[in-house]
Amino acid sequence: MTDIKTLFVDGKEVEFTDEPNLLEVIKKAGITIPTFCYRPDLTTFGACRMCVVEIDGRGIQSSCTMPPEAGLKIHTNTQRVRRIRKTVLELLLANHDRNCLTCDKSGNCELQKYSEEYGITKIRYKNKEELLPVDESSPSIVRDSNKCILCGACVRACAEYQHSVLGFANRGSKTLVQPMKGKPLADVECVNCGQCAAVCPTGALTIKSDIERVYDVVLNPEYKTVLQIAPSVRVALGEVFGLDAGENSIKKIYAAARKIGFDLVFDTNFSADLTIMEEANEFVERLTKGENLPIFTSCCPAWVKYLEMTHPDMLNHLSSAKSPQGMLSPVIKEFAPKYYEGFTKENIKVISIMPCTAKKYEITREQLKGETDFVLTTSEFAKMIKSSGIDFSVLKEEEANSPFGGYTGGGTIFGASGGVAEAAVRTAYNMVTGEDLKDVNITPLRGVDASSRSKEAVIDIKGTKVKIRVVSTLIEAEKAVREVKEGKADFQMLEVMACPGGCINGGGQPISCYDSKIKEERAQGLYKEDEELPIRLCHKNPDIIRIYKDHLEKPGSHLAHKLLHTTYSSKKKSL
Amino acid sequence: MITKLKTDIKEEQKLAQEHIKKQGLRVLVCAGTGCVANGSLKVIEKFKELGADVSTLTDYDKMTIVPTGCHGFCEQGVLVIIPEKHVTYVKVKEADVEEIYNSHIKNNKPVERLLYTDPKSGERILKNEEINFYAKQTRTALANCGKINAESIEEAISVRGYEALSNILIENNPESVIEQIEKSGLRGRGGGGFPTGRKWRFTAANRGGKSYVVCNGDEGDPGAFMDRSVMEGDPHKLLEGMAIAAFAVGADEGYIYVRAEYPLAIKRLRKAIKDAEEKNFLGKNIMGSDFSFTIHIKEGAGAFVCGEETALIASIEGERGMPRPKPPFPANKGLFGRPTLINNVETLANVPVIMLKGADWFSKMGTETSKGTKTFALTGEVNNTGLIEVPMGTTLREIIFDIGGGIRGGKKFKAVQIGGPSGGCLTEEHLDLPMDYDSLLKAGAMVGSGGLVVMAEDTCMIEVARFFMNFTKNESCGKCVPCREGTKNMLAILEKIVAGKGEMQDLELLEELAKIVKDGSLCGLGKTAPNPVLSTLKYFKDEYIAHIKDKKCPAGVCTAMKTVMIDENKCKGCTKCARTCPVGAIDGVVKQPHKINQDKCIKCEACLNSCPFKAIGLK
Repeated sequence: MTDIKTLFVDGKEVEFTDEPNLLEVIKKAGITIPTFCYRPDLTTFGACRMCVVEIDGRGIQSSCTMPPEAGLKIHTNTQRVRRIRKTVLELLLANHDRNCLTCDKSGNCELQKYSEEYGITKIRYKNKEELLPVDESSPSIVRDSNKCILCGACVRACAEYQHSVLGFANRGSKTLVQPMKGKPLADVECVNCGQCAAVCPTGALTIKSDIERVYDVVLNPEYKTVLQIAPSVRVALGEVFGLDAGENSIKKIYAAARKIGFDLVFDTNFSADLTIMEEANEFVERLTKGENLPIFTSCCPAWVKYLEMTHPDMLNHLSSAKSPQGMLSPVIKEFAPKYYEGFTKENIKVISIMPCTAKKYEITREQLKGETDFVLTTSEFAKMIKSSGIDFSVLKEEEANSPFGGYTGGGTIFGASGGVAEAAVRTAYNMVTGEDLKDVNITPLRGVDASSRSKEAVIDIKGTKVKIRVVSTLIEAEKAVREVKEGKADFQMLEVMACPGGCINGGGQPISCYDSKIKEERAQGLYKEDEELPIRLCHKNPDIIRIYKDHLEKPGSHLAHKLLHTTYSSKKKSL
Repeated sequence: MITKLKTDIKEEQKLAQEHIKKQGLRVLVCAGTGCVANGSLKVIEKFKELGADVSTLTDYDKMTIVPTGCHGFCEQGVLVIIPEKHVTYVKVKEADVEEIYNSHIKNNKPVERLLYTDPKSGERILKNEEINFYAKQTRTALANCGKINAESIEEAISVRGYEALSNILIENNPESVIEQIEKSGLRGRGGGGFPTGRKWRFTAANRGGKSYVVCNGDEGDPGAFMDRSVMEGDPHKLLEGMAIAAFAVGADEGYIYVRAEYPLAIKRLRKAIKDAEEKNFLGKNIMGSDFSFTIHIKEGAGAFVCGEETALIASIEGERGMPRPKPPFPANKGLFGRPTLINNVETLANVPVIMLKGADWFSKMGTETSKGTKTFALTGEVNNTGLIEVPMGTTLREIIFDIGGGIRGGKKFKAVQIGGPSGGCLTEEHLDLPMDYDSLLKAGAMVGSGGLVVMAEDTCMIEVARFFMNFTKNESCGKCVPCREGTKNMLAILEKIVAGKGEMQDLELLEELAKIVKDGSLCGLGKTAPNPVLSTLKYFKDEYIAHIKDKKCPAGVCTAMKTVMIDENKCKGCTKCARTCPVGAIDGVVKQPHKINQDKCIKCEACLNSCPFKAIGLK
């Protein structure tokens, strides 16, 4: 049992147990401490000095770095504390372009928020003189140093989750955050995951917007626009409109999409089921032949790009199955005209809503070009709903279109780290044995908090023990790949999601970096839907059974390969 | 518990003494960085060349030229000391060597013209200890600097090097070592003045696993070279200090973080480490005991902030040199996440002598709360600049007027900047203030690492504040907002004032910002960066006001405040100035006095230099 101790926050006694710092304890006392650089999921940095508090006998301390101690008397709102915070804000604003009205982050910006709260109406310091060019080279991320406050959250996110392509350059007031050697993002080993933008408190790192390009086709009667919506969008988009994290609003999202003007609304969960059919089939084949094991999942474009850049010799391990987004678009363009009048391969525009910024990159891959036309992130789609004047709260629920809208629990859990592997095992078991698992819940593969970034489960498929490794973050993926390279890997399947916790915590989701619990609630939302759906096994999805019967014949067939599988190639960069 | 050692240090000392004796006449030539720059290597070569023919020596069978570390009196370099003849020669050039050799070494007749001249009396002084610069000093950390060949471990042993280490290994009681250091009252010499013994105790509390001892030799203050002198002049003392510290806290690995700009220090440290390892004074089972300790050298790239202990740790780890928040303190979680003791060079150099002569001996020197001696790098407008070591509590007056020989050119003393860019300025009213940690802190300055820049009446204090702010602004690591943005904006305000564009509200803003940067910054660099501003604002506010209200620089330094004027009486109307002026600000008719249009003048002073009659001046 953890000891309960107490300290005093503005005179009020507050209990604490294992909180890592004062900021978290103070939050329990109902006081929000402002901060730019503290993120509960990243190492503490202590740089912005917004979270300073005054402690009897200890003076000014940053609450994000100070461990709680029994008996401390903390004052969160003294004149001394306020002066520091206000000066920090004024200094940051002096060094900022202050183009709030035209900033993508306007309304969600922490700098804007605190400046308003602290009443910074006048800047007495010398204004920033020279503006630096904005880096728009990446298909996913826009980097504007003129708005950067050097909180280092992006640098830490990139280093602690992924591949450390962002770093600090120069010193003192000349310090900049930039990719290696000041190169454009597109020219370094960035995997487009968007975690940097997800933790950025200002508009320095934002997601490249495709909203206007999407409106151009949606509002143009010459095009038939078809939408697909990824699993984890349904448990996060509602947050923008006041719903709790994890609350499933998919049926309202279908309705909103139609109101905006999309002609058909399908669900990426359907193609998640389809992905499982192809991937499980491939897995079983490899298991039987003993080839290219462990199989690596291929749904996460950031991971695929990472492997292509850093371990091109390991590409044979990747499943050749496209991602659910990658499968559904060609399926729609190929088969929707057969079901819907006026739709042709040429006039269909497929737009997907993804929790992911790397999906914007994925559709530019040579092998996938022309299949998905645009990718919107969850946040972008929320903006579209707002700018279309739709009141999300009063929307009546609607259903997706058929035949690519029905899905199972296996498809929906794709959104959480471990979900792909869990769904794949459920189906692979059936493919091998002809029977279904008695208990389809593979709980060791669940969990999206920081301690669950690498997990394993062993499944007994009628005597054959199959070990599954599930990792999220490329840091963990790298460890697993090294094990494989060194011949130490004892697992047969490796699921990788680049974002910590999986797609529910993707770079394109509504802001959640200030609260670790949000991603857990989103994941719970998905597992809840899995439990509640009448069908939880991908291979039992009647729409899936029908598409094979009517069009694709069987998993791994010639046509399936043409539409649903892809290839990979080395993307090693000379840096 | 007494441990029997394989190494008998007394025996080693006997051998070392014999080694010294064999050298015959010892001629000490300073080979510190300053004297090397002044040509001491050539002086050494010349002596060697002359001494090669021993037959010319009358009283000695042999002469040995000993290249030593810094003597401190860099102003007067190259310094040559012949201890047996009780003589110190100053400003020796290669061309002077022959005369010294022929006259003094061979015929015992001192070379008068190369002796030090007292600036007050004008007398020539023969003996080192009679030169005021040295007479008033008490050298403990620097005791051997300038007296031994820094590259010879035998010479270090001859002056009791490694004796303290041997003693504590025999006694084998780490606790008693910590007690001695605590009792001595030694405090950190790097700037903060934290009690050294307490720091050791905190680190020793985590004894058991892997621990480190780190020596902070990242001396970054402009003009400071105390640590460099120890590393160059007596590297073994530092190594011994580190080994004792490691023994006390239970560490087995150490790092010396030294700036790459100190190549000579690095070279000598490397040699010293190698020699000490060969003698088993470092390495595995030192002197045959159970204690093992190895030392690595880490060359820093010269960032000022890496002198901050957590930034230094980050730098050794290969990370960007940025400070980390404390807690956790290095004593609990330092280098590579392990308990780490970090002490400055001078602090560690004091350790062997404390262990040898006892805590009581050490604590007799100094003041109530600041014990022992402190080295200072004395620079600026004093007659004798150089490296000095005095007991804590010595007054500024003694340092500037006795050791320093007073202000150059008979000018009036104005202020002294102490503690470098992190320190503050002290004025005439502080001349009798005892120099110790607490008195200085109270006066708004700090001992810092020991830089002392003396300023005379013709120094502009706003310019001084601007100079140091420019330094800290450039050296700020850029991590925390108050320091990164605050130093930049304090500098901008100071620049505005010295450019003659200051407004009275700038003063308020400057003071407000300075206080907040001090209060809100993450590390020591930011917390002390405003000190030059705050102390000049405190003691020289009228000078700021003169710059702002009267647009005048009382010291006559700031160009922007000056008016370029043509003296009508001296001007012959030669038109040269009008032709030289790049902005056409000078009008006049030939052979008639010319005039400067002040609205057009950009104060480039080109006319000043062009005038053949010296008719143009600044006012």
